[in-house]
Amino acid sequence: MTDPIKVAYWPGCVSRGFTSELHGSMAFVAEKLGIELVELDRANCCGAGVIAEHNQELADTLNARTFALAQQTGLAMMNICSTCQGAQSECQQRLDADSSYRAHINEVLSGQGLAYEKGKDGFTNKNFLWLLVEDYGLERLAGLVKRPLSGLRVGPFYGCYVVRPKERLGYDEFPERDLYLEKVIEALGGEVVEYDGARKCCGFPVITMNRDTSLRQAGTHVGDAIDAGADCLVTPCPLCHLNLDMQQPEAAKVVNRDLGLAVLHLPQLVGLALGAEPKQLGMSKHIASTKWVEERLAAVPA
Amino acid sequence: MAEYTLKVRRYQPESGTGPYWEEFKVELDPSLSVLDGLLQAKDRDDGSLSVRCSCRAAICGSCGMKVNGSSTLGCKTQIGEAHDQANRRKANDVPPPMGADEQPPPGSANGSADNPIVIEPMGNMPVIKDLITDMESTHWTKIRRVTPWLLPHGEAPEREYVVEPESMIDITQSMACIQCGACVSSCLSMEADPNFIGPAALAKAYRFVGDPRDAETKERLHDLAHDPHGIYDCTHCFSCIDACPKGVAPMDQIMRLRRKAGEAGIDDPNHGHNHEAAFVKIIEKKGTLDEGLLLQESFAPGVKGKLKPSKAAIKELLGSIPTVLRAIKTGKGRSLSKLVPGIHPKLPGDAQDEVKAIYKHAEEHREEFNLYISGDEEATLEDGLDPERSGGTGAAQPHGGGAGETLGAGEETTEEKPQ
Repeated sequence: MTDPIKVAYWPGCVSRGFTSELHGSMAFVAEKLGIELVELDRANCCGAGVIAEHNQELADTLNARTFALAQQTGLAMMNICSTCQGAQSECQQRLDADSSYRAHINEVLSGQGLAYEKGKDGFTNKNFLWLLVEDYGLERLAGLVKRPLSGLRVGPFYGCYVVRPKERLGYDEFPERDLYLEKVIEALGGEVVEYDGARKCCGFPVITMNRDTSLRQAGTHVGDAIDAGADCLVTPCPLCHLNLDMQQPEAAKVVNRDLGLAVLHLPQLVGLALGAEPKQLGMSKHIASTKWVEERLAAVPA
Repeated sequence: MAEYTLKVRRYQPESGTGPYWEEFKVELDPSLSVLDGLLQAKDRDDGSLSVRCSCRAAICGSCGMKVNGSSTLGCKTQIGEAHDQANRRKANDVPPPMGADEQPPPGSANGSADNPIVIEPMGNMPVIKDLITDMESTHWTKIRRVTPWLLPHGEAPEREYVVEPESMIDITQSMACIQCGACVSSCLSMEADPNFIGPAALAKAYRFVGDPRDAETKERLHDLAHDPHGIYDCTHCFSCIDACPKGVAPMDQIMRLRRKAGEAGIDDPNHGHNHEAAFVKIIEKKGTLDEGLLLQESFAPGVKGKLKPSKAAIKELLGSIPTVLRAIKTGKGRSLSKLVPGIHPKLPGDAQDEVKAIYKHAEEHREEFNLYISGDEEATLEDGLDPERSGGTGAAQPHGGGAGETLGAGEETTEEKPQ
């Protein structure tokens, strides 16, 4: 039950950029959970689907490099971003499908002393949510809860890249991956709020191209969660967080209603249940105030 | 034989009332389809239950519908699987949202031991009656929007056009479309922007953009890139990929259209190409994303973009000021590297040079490995060649270069397999 977990850790770009509270809270929570993070500080951006849109081989090679760096550590790889997960899984699927394509990609990596090998030492790349449920275990997680999130009504928001396409994302082997957030919320003592947007798109990918389409999506989902009685949302994707939290006041204008709903990163929700103070988890950096969440938790004694 | 409950969203316009839910008990083998279940209910319980269908074999594309919230073909979804899916969620199952004046369906309490299979008409389209949607006003109008026929130049050949099979492989995936509308029904961009051209029409557009006989490729790309509801309005949510019963992966076709538009140097007013170009360049220089620089270069690229910014760029940049100010206020954006585009650090040591070497190699080759065409070598070795997946083209692999290597792995196995 208490085997130490050590992972090759890819934090992604946004978790160290505009959602730096995510990177910080992950480090905090990993220590509490006993997950050792070996950060891949030489690794590069996953391309977020945008580089693949420009040149698929480029995206595949960049991610093969990241996988190769992780494989050098001999550890399983972990990310904390739905978008990284989706973009990397897409490249991995192509790399794994064909040995001659893989050899072509490895040509350039070999000059750097690197190679991506399919299935080397059972190599996996999982985001924190998947790792938490599949490898760490919900019982073990629940056993560490110091302040159950009793009475906190939490709406899950997955991010497209960890729910679709099912075939690529390992749903054959793990068919409940699109129910994990609910399971984690319950394991932490919180209450799951059902609303329409949990598995829909936050709209972020088109924020620079069609602001209205983008913010209408974010605003609609936040509004639906409020109407369903949510105290907050939780997401494993920092890009979703940008649209749901950072852009929330702008989204409110587009959908023409008041919003004002806290959006937590997954490690923050875990951290609160493990007894961390909101400030330690960087919650004061959010745009949508997290005060209400703090008040709710204070109101219900642990 | 097993008993199933179908919870159908019904709408009978002649009744003068709004949509409502109705449950039907049906009894059939789990391997039969949801459509079979509906037809049994129509036959035994209520002849007015309306559903469009014809071939019942996932060929005609008539019976698009939502089963447990997912857009699909009723005839391609086994009723036993649909039942399992409805009950997988258990406590998490919620009835689909309806208008404020509608009543919740009976027996919709969470956690019931046997959840019904929820069946609704397709989304993003007006409902004519029960499960029958108006395909004309959305789907077909959008298909016509992309000029879905060949536009060759010059005299037509005396007989047929002669093209190399290899030059058609690229579009076999988009040619597999049966126009069922499941992707349109599932599209999350269209939900937010009903004017979005959408996945089916854009997949159809790629079918002609990629056709070697078409002579107006650039005009097509220019048109779709300039339309504010065109290729850059796709929010990359993968819904259409999961919904398509034929493996067309419309979103992948939209990304191909974007790639071709970029290669053709089409500059669009939606900042789509600028965004892509800026992103690609930043990673080459820095290895990880400089978000501030991406924003700046997406709207006002290079020196020219800053000296003579477009009206749209000024509007977007001004529009982003409140967000930036809020981020500074909370501390989210309060660091030099976030506030000053361009000073974001490179990767450590020689790691950035490694990334640059990858760029050099990949930009030289620009290979596009298409799984739909090539398949997974291990899967094809195990199963033999699946003609539907290969598009029936002989599965030539687009990479690997020499003609001697173009024989698909699956094809070899087919020959080796004892009959």
